[in-house]
Amino acid sequence: MASLKFLIIEDSPTMRQLIRFALNRIPQTEVIEAADGVDGLKKLSSNEIDLILTDINMPIMDGIKLVTLVRSNDSYKDIPIIIITTEGAKEDKDRAMALGADAYITKPIQANDLLSTVKRLLNL
Amino acid sequence: MDNEKKDKLFEKGEEFLEMFRQGQEFTQELMRENERLRYREVQLEEALKSKLDSPPTLPEGQEASDQLRIYMERIKELETRLGEVEKENVNFAQRYIDVEEQNNNLANLYVASFQLHSTLDYEEVLQIILEIIINLIGAEKFAIFMLDEKDNILLPAASEGIELNDIQPVGLGQGVVGKAAESHSSYYNENPSDSRVDPFEDPLVCIPLLIKEELIGVITLYTLLQQKEGFVAVDFELFSLLAGHAATAIFSSRLYTESKRKLSTYQGFLDLLSQ
Repeated sequence: MASLKFLIIEDSPTMRQLIRFALNRIPQTEVIEAADGVDGLKKLSSNEIDLILTDINMPIMDGIKLVTLVRSNDSYKDIPIIIITTEGAKEDKDRAMALGADAYITKPIQANDLLSTVKRLLNL
Repeated sequence: MDNEKKDKLFEKGEEFLEMFRQGQEFTQELMRENERLRYREVQLEEALKSKLDSPPTLPEGQEASDQLRIYMERIKELETRLGEVEKENVNFAQRYIDVEEQNNNLANLYVASFQLHSTLDYEEVLQIILEIIINLIGAEKFAIFMLDEKDNILLPAASEGIELNDIQPVGLGQGVVGKAAESHSSYYNENPSDSRVDPFEDPLVCIPLLIKEELIGVITLYTLLQQKEGFVAVDFELFSLLAGHAATAIFSSRLYTESKRKLSTYQGFLDLLSQ
């Protein structure tokens, strides 16, 4: 089985570690971390990423801008994106999904929900 | 001599012939045995086939109703066992869910503890506590108060969802926050719904930060994120963890920052003296 590469874009180290913990329960995974949208785009261009997990509220470049840029780029437009955020309002979710996110998870996250979403998006 | 040789040769020839005869008999015996075994195999196959095809025969003298009763008992027994197995399966499934939940909870506690002790920078420690409360507990508005031992007053040190300047200092023993701090015991609001008139006067949770019996501050939660419906078991574990670990992390980082500052002051003096 080929290894899966996940890109976590999140400014909180605590949250990054927690997501990494959950993702590592899927066998043969590689997790790459970025602290903001710009860092995330850099890591995206230098790695073959299978799935992106991003926060919305981040410094330098937020998650919404990142989703827009990823979806407008032919090389990355098919990569599944999961938004993980504290923003629980329906309009926030609708906006993110309309821009091209594939799933929207609110904090505090449940590892099982996150894993089942990842597996669904990657057909695991 | 020739006759003698001929006799010997004849004897040897006879021996060989005898051996061949014996070999021939042995082979024939083997072939007969083989034939017998083949016949037996066919017989057994036929018997098995007829046994499988035909319904079970009743033992001699046994009535059909007795046989039926035996079968019914057997079915009942199997049904009971099936029920037990199904029950066991449900138990296993539930245990699996419980273990999964415990694993997740442990992961949360590990991450929180790991992050709290990952730095000796006071500001970073405060930031990590804020992150834990937002991301792992799901609070929207909350504050960290630190105890000013000189004036016995709790001063706001960090906050989320509210401006730090908008939070009033709290005297020890005053209000919910001050009382929780003074009594060294955590406070959990029995009415955490939105019906609270003033979340700042009537907070959800107050967690005194203690190092053994020494109070150093209080964490106060005012409101939760809209998707967070209430506290779950792991939240209370996190509160306990914060009460102890956040306190030591804050205390250590303050000591470290203070000693670093003093060190640089002493270094400055020494440099002056040596000039």
